[in-house]
Amino acid sequence: MHEIQAAVVAEHVGFLWWIPALPAIGVLFHIFLGRRVRETVVSVIAPAVVGLSFILASVAFCRIWSGPPGLVLQQTLWSWLPVGSLNVAFALQVDALTAVMILVVTGVGFLIHLYSVGYMHGDPGYARYFAYLNLFTVAMLLLVMADNLLLMFVGWEGVGLCSYLLIGFWYDKDANASAGKKAFIVNRVGDAAFLVGIFLLFWHLGPGAHSLSFTEIAERARHVSPAVLTAVTLLLFIGATGKSAQLPLYVWLPDAMAGPTPVSALIHAATMVTAGVYMIARLHSVYELAPVSLEVVAIVGALTAVFAATIGLVQTDIKKVLAYSTISQLGYMFLAVGVGAFAAGIFHLVTHAFFKALLFLGSGSVIHALNGEQDIRKMGGLRHHLPITYRTFLVGTLAIAGVPGFAGFFSKDMILARAFAHAPILWGLALVGAGLTAFYMLRLFSLVFLGECRADARTKAHLHESPSTMTVPLVILAVLAVVGGYVGLPEFLAWGNRFGAFLAPVVGNGEHAQHHPQLTLELALIGASILAVLTGMGLAYRFYVQAPEIPERLARRWRGAYRLLWNKYYVDELYDAAIVRPVTQLAHFLWRQFDLAVVDGAVNGAGEAVQETGRWLRRWQTGNVQHYALSLLLGTLALLAYFLGRG
Amino acid sequence: MTTVPASWYAFLGVLLFTIGALGVLVRRNLIIMFMAIELMLNAVNLVFVAFARQQQTMDGQVMVFFVMTVAAAEAAVGLAIILAVFRNRETVNADEVNLLRW
Repeated sequence: MHEIQAAVVAEHVGFLWWIPALPAIGVLFHIFLGRRVRETVVSVIAPAVVGLSFILASVAFCRIWSGPPGLVLQQTLWSWLPVGSLNVAFALQVDALTAVMILVVTGVGFLIHLYSVGYMHGDPGYARYFAYLNLFTVAMLLLVMADNLLLMFVGWEGVGLCSYLLIGFWYDKDANASAGKKAFIVNRVGDAAFLVGIFLLFWHLGPGAHSLSFTEIAERARHVSPAVLTAVTLLLFIGATGKSAQLPLYVWLPDAMAGPTPVSALIHAATMVTAGVYMIARLHSVYELAPVSLEVVAIVGALTAVFAATIGLVQTDIKKVLAYSTISQLGYMFLAVGVGAFAAGIFHLVTHAFFKALLFLGSGSVIHALNGEQDIRKMGGLRHHLPITYRTFLVGTLAIAGVPGFAGFFSKDMILARAFAHAPILWGLALVGAGLTAFYMLRLFSLVFLGECRADARTKAHLHESPSTMTVPLVILAVLAVVGGYVGLPEFLAWGNRFGAFLAPVVGNGEHAQHHPQLTLELALIGASILAVLTGMGLAYRFYVQAPEIPERLARRWRGAYRLLWNKYYVDELYDAAIVRPVTQLAHFLWRQFDLAVVDGAVNGAGEAVQETGRWLRRWQTGNVQHYALSLLLGTLALLAYFLGRG
Repeated sequence: MTTVPASWYAFLGVLLFTIGALGVLVRRNLIIMFMAIELMLNAVNLVFVAFARQQQTMDGQVMVFFVMTVAAAEAAVGLAIILAVFRNRETVNADEVNLLRW
C-alpha cells in the first residue's frame, strides 16, 4: 500500500497561518469590542473573517490541486515544546486531506455564520455567540492543519470546549446547561483515552529526537510492535468515539441539540463530530499496521449506523431525528475508514457536511417560522408557507437517503461497495442502515412539510419564510448537496473517482487498487442499495402520507419494541444506573467519610488539641507571684536533688 | 587562736537563705518580699566568702562582688517597679497584683 503513495513533496509557504489567524482576530474583536459596537458590525466581521479564511483555504487547495501529487504545504511558526529530546513545533501543514477539510470547515462554516446572522438576530448574547463560533473555527482549523499529534490534540480539545460553550449558550435554562455538561464529561472520557494513546505512542516511538509530527509517526510506527500499536490505535479510537459520537459514547450528541440550531449544523453535524474520522484518516499508516483496531473501527461504525438509525425511526423532535441521523452517518464514515477505504470515508464526510448542514439549517428555518416549536407532530403542511426551506429540505432529504444522482448516493455507495469487499456482513448492516435512513428521513419530511398543518392557530398566523441571510445558505448548500457527489463517481462512470484520486497520495487507494470489484458485482450492489432506499422511502410515504393510521397500529402491535426505541434502548438510564449514580454516590461517600471526617477532622482536630492543651496549661498561670516563686524553688530543689543524687 | 569552722558559716548561710526563701513565699508585702530576696543573696554571699577563706582562694570573694553589683542593680530596678506598681494600683500587696492571671 505504501508503494503507491507518491513521494512527499514539501513546500514552505508563508500564508498558512492566516487561515486560523483570521477567525482568531474575529474572536478577539467580538470579546473585547463586540458589546460596544452595533449588531451590524458583528454581523459583518464574524462571517467576513471566516470568508477570508475560505479564500485562503481555496488558494491552498488550488496549489495542491495543480501541484505534483503528494505536495504538502508547510509552515513552521515556532518551536513549541523543546523539552530534552522532544521538540514539538507549532507547525501547520496542508496536504490533500487537510485541503479538503479546511475547505469544508471554512466553506460550510462561512455559510453557517451567514445563516446565524439571521437566526441569532436580536439575541442578547449576539457578540458572545459569534466569539464562540469564530473560536470554534480556529480550533477546528488547528485540528486539521496541525502537523503533529500534540497540536492536533490542542485543536481537538478546543473544539470540545467550543461545543460545550455553544450547547449551553442559553445557559439560563437548566436543561441546556446540563446538556453542555453532559457533552463535556462524555467527551472527557474519550479524551482521557486519547491522551493515554498519545503517551503510549510517544513512549514506544523509540530513542532519538522526537517531533511527534505525522510524518515521523508514520515512519517510526513500522518499528513498533503490533500489540502496542493496537493498544494505541484503540485508545485513540476511544477518543474518536467520544468526539464523533459512536457507540458507546454517543449519548451526548442528541442532548447537544439544546444549542442554537446553526451550532448543531456546524459543530454537531458538519465539522467537529467528523474529527474522529479525520484523525483515523490522518493516522491511517498507524491504523493499517493494527488490523485488529481497524476491524473494531469498522464493526463499531456499522453497529452505530444501524443502532442510531433505529432510534431515529420514532423520535418526534425534529432536531433529535437529525441528531440520531448524524450519529448513524458518522457510523458509515467509521465503517469506511475501518475497512481501509479512507478516501471514501472522507468523501462521505464532505457530502454529509453539505446535506446535514443543509438539513439542520432547514430545520432551524422551520423552528424559526414556528416560533420555537420542535415537535414534528405539531408541524405539517409547511410546503406552502416555507417554499424555499421546503425545496432545499427536499434536496437534503433525497441526498441523505441516497437517491441516485444526489451526493449521498455516491459516497454511501462507495462505502457499501468497499464494505462488501471487506466483509458481506458489514455490507448487510450498512444496507439495513441505508433503508432505515431513507425511511426516517422521508418520515421526517412528510410530517413536517406534507399533509395538513397541525400547529395551533396562533403559530399558524405567524408562519413566514426566513430572511434571505438564512435562505441563501440553504440554497447554496442544496446545490452542493447535489453536485458535491459528482467528484467521486463510481470507477466505471465518466471521469470516475476524482476525489479518491486526489486523496490517494495522502491516504492511499487502500485495497481498492488491488482487487477492483467486477462491474457486474458493483452494479448489483448499487441495485441492492437503490432497492433498500426505495423500500424505505416507499414505506415511509405509505405510513405517513397515504395511511397515517398504520404507524399507530404498528406501535400498538409491537408495543415492546416501540417502547424500547422510544426510550432510546434505555441507554441513558443504563448509564445513569451503572455509572453516573455509583460515581455520584462514591463522591458523596468520600465527601462525607473522607473529606468531612478525615481531612476536616485532622485540620480541626489539630486546632482543637492545641486549644485544649492551652486551656489546661493556663491553670499554671495563677498570677500569684508566690506561686511562681514556689515553683521556682521546688524546681531548683528538684534539680539539686537530681545532681546530688547522681553524685 | 581557734577559728570558727567553715561549717558554722555554712549552717548560718543555709538558715539565712531559708528564712529569706520562706519570707518570699509567705509574706504578701512586696517590700518585705524584696528584702527577703536580699537576705537570700547575702546568705549566699556569706557562704561564698566563708568557703573562699577556707580554701584560700579569691574566687569566692570575686563572686561576692559580682553578686553585690547585681544586687545593687536589682535593688534599683526592683524598687522602681514596686514604686511604679504602687503609683498605679495604690497597693504593694502581691495578691492584688494579678492582672496576668488566667
